[in-house]
Amino acid sequence: MDSDDTVPLSERPEWSDVVPLTQNDGSNPVVPIAYKEEFRETMDYFRAIYFSDERSPRALRLTEETLRLNSGNYTVWHFRRLVLEALNHDLYQELEFIERISEDNSKNYQLWHHRRWVAEKLGPDVAWRELDFTRRVLSLDAKHYHAWSHRQWTLQALGGWENELDYCHELLEADVFNNSAWNQRYYVITRSPSLGGLQAMRESEVSYTVKAILANPANESLWRYLKGLFKDDTESWISDPSVSSVCLRVLSRTDCFHGFALSTLLDLLCNGLRPTSEHRDSVKALASEEPDTDLANLLCTILGRVDPIRANYWAWRKSQITVAM
Amino acid sequence: MSSTSTSSQMGQLVADKHVRYILMAEKKKESFESVVMDHLRMNGAYWGLTTLDLLEKLGTVSEDEVVSWVMTCQHESGGFAGNTGHDPHILYTLSAVQILALFDKLNILDVGKVSSYVAGLQNEDGSFSGDIWGEIDTRFSYIAICCLSIFKCLDKINVEKAVDYIVSCKNLDGGFGCTPGAESHAGQIFCCVGALAITGNLHHVDKDLLGWWLCERQVKSGGLNGRPEKLPDVCYSWWVLSSLIMIDRVHWIDKAKLVKFILDCQDMDNGGISDRPDDAVDIFHTYFGVAGLSLLEYPGIKAIDPAYALPVDVINRIIFTK
Ligand SMILES: [Zn+2]
Repeated sequence: MDSDDTVPLSERPEWSDVVPLTQNDGSNPVVPIAYKEEFRETMDYFRAIYFSDERSPRALRLTEETLRLNSGNYTVWHFRRLVLEALNHDLYQELEFIERISEDNSKNYQLWHHRRWVAEKLGPDVAWRELDFTRRVLSLDAKHYHAWSHRQWTLQALGGWENELDYCHELLEADVFNNSAWNQRYYVITRSPSLGGLQAMRESEVSYTVKAILANPANESLWRYLKGLFKDDTESWISDPSVSSVCLRVLSRTDCFHGFALSTLLDLLCNGLRPTSEHRDSVKALASEEPDTDLANLLCTILGRVDPIRANYWAWRKSQITVAM
Repeated sequence: MSSTSTSSQMGQLVADKHVRYILMAEKKKESFESVVMDHLRMNGAYWGLTTLDLLEKLGTVSEDEVVSWVMTCQHESGGFAGNTGHDPHILYTLSAVQILALFDKLNILDVGKVSSYVAGLQNEDGSFSGDIWGEIDTRFSYIAICCLSIFKCLDKINVEKAVDYIVSCKNLDGGFGCTPGAESHAGQIFCCVGALAITGNLHHVDKDLLGWWLCERQVKSGGLNGRPEKLPDVCYSWWVLSSLIMIDRVHWIDKAKLVKFILDCQDMDNGGISDRPDDAVDIFHTYFGVAGLSLLEYPGIKAIDPAYALPVDVINRIIFTK
């Protein structure tokens, strides 16, 4: 930075020719200032160069100071892009600038949109850098929606798919409940140009997921992922022995939450799975109520009891059974 | 409406205090917080004014003052900025239109100009950008569709392509994300389901699957989260609830527990609602809390339309006017 940003703008020779422009929105009279003087002064100078449309090096520096104080101000980001274009500024430096700003607050649409604008101009050469940047942000907040969105855009637009499945695995090792990482895993297996698509990945993914389920039967994301692996192929979902057997293996345990295993079994039955005596026995073992002759009915009754907050949902599922069978 | 005499008890809506909180927040616009939020004042105004209207207190603000300020934010392109002297964006354009609708002042708009601005943001693949800089998000699809529907000129865009794009953002759990393949998120689901509802395309939603995912968002405390394993938050009472209502599955959650969760997030002394019990209140969560209670048919609050996010009487006035 050339200018010393500890000195107020009004005392810097560089800015002596600019008349700061105070916000006037025409309504209530201005009440005495209750906010930081620096903030107001910076915004006033920003307004002045914004309205005079001055696309100069000092304007670029001023947008930097303004964004340091308030990175959510979209007008400043917009104007900064105009200045960057006019000056043909080094965009690698711009990536560094964004990284510095993101250290204070990365939950802001403008910052990510700006990042994408810059990365798009730099092209595939920065794919690794974007993946690394999002990895750093995700290491602080593994469910950061903007970072995930940027990462998916990077993969699609700039490439870098090679290590993405490993990255998902790494995040799931750290936290198997991370729904964002499961979503990304699905994104990779269905869209990566080198993996061959869902069909090709199904078998290995089913066994990966089954292993995770057995370690964490109360994890909603895993069960949904397992079902998702059979997208548009209900036949295979019902007939794959891994699916019904993981339900039974979870139900045979007494030390864990059974809700998702029960509901998956219910879904399988409603879609045409023929119940075996093994299915019946493992469900009846969990029933404190009078065992219903119909297994799906009994499953709904148990689910309504173990998941009372959604009792109405399970009652509705029960009412649908005769329709489905 | 609950009276102030009962306001010291927990478990009641302290409506009068929320009204006072909103009116104070408006006056305190020179505070540091409001200066930092200065660029999105249009959103703040929409949240505050809609809350006032839901509590039947819109008459306490100066209509002329608000409407003339809103109009100072309009850009020559037809779009509105978040405040005077900022750039136009579709986000603030919808808020501006909603504010004018609250005051029954849509007639002062050059509808052709505003709708051309919105329609001009549609991309080849049917998606919408937020402004001339091109960020794409299903939020913007909703905003465009909501806005043009209020103007009764959806024919200005390619609705079929807009719907196709939204449907391409549907996930294995029945939910929707910001772009194709992005994780399901209750806020994005509201936008996608809302846009599909407004255009009569709800048949693209797998209602039972999405309904189950949405009702799984209710946690033990009664509050709703926006994604699996996230904390419950009052703003999701709006996004999850309105989506459940639009797909006709709201009876699948425990409404009484949710009402209690929202009421527990009130500042009983100074008004306002926070994201979770005992957190600091803000105007955003105050709006979503009251709007959520409206969807839950809490007494003393006007009904809100789950797709347009405006009071039902305002929407009826628009729909039944030629
Ligand atoms: Zn919130």
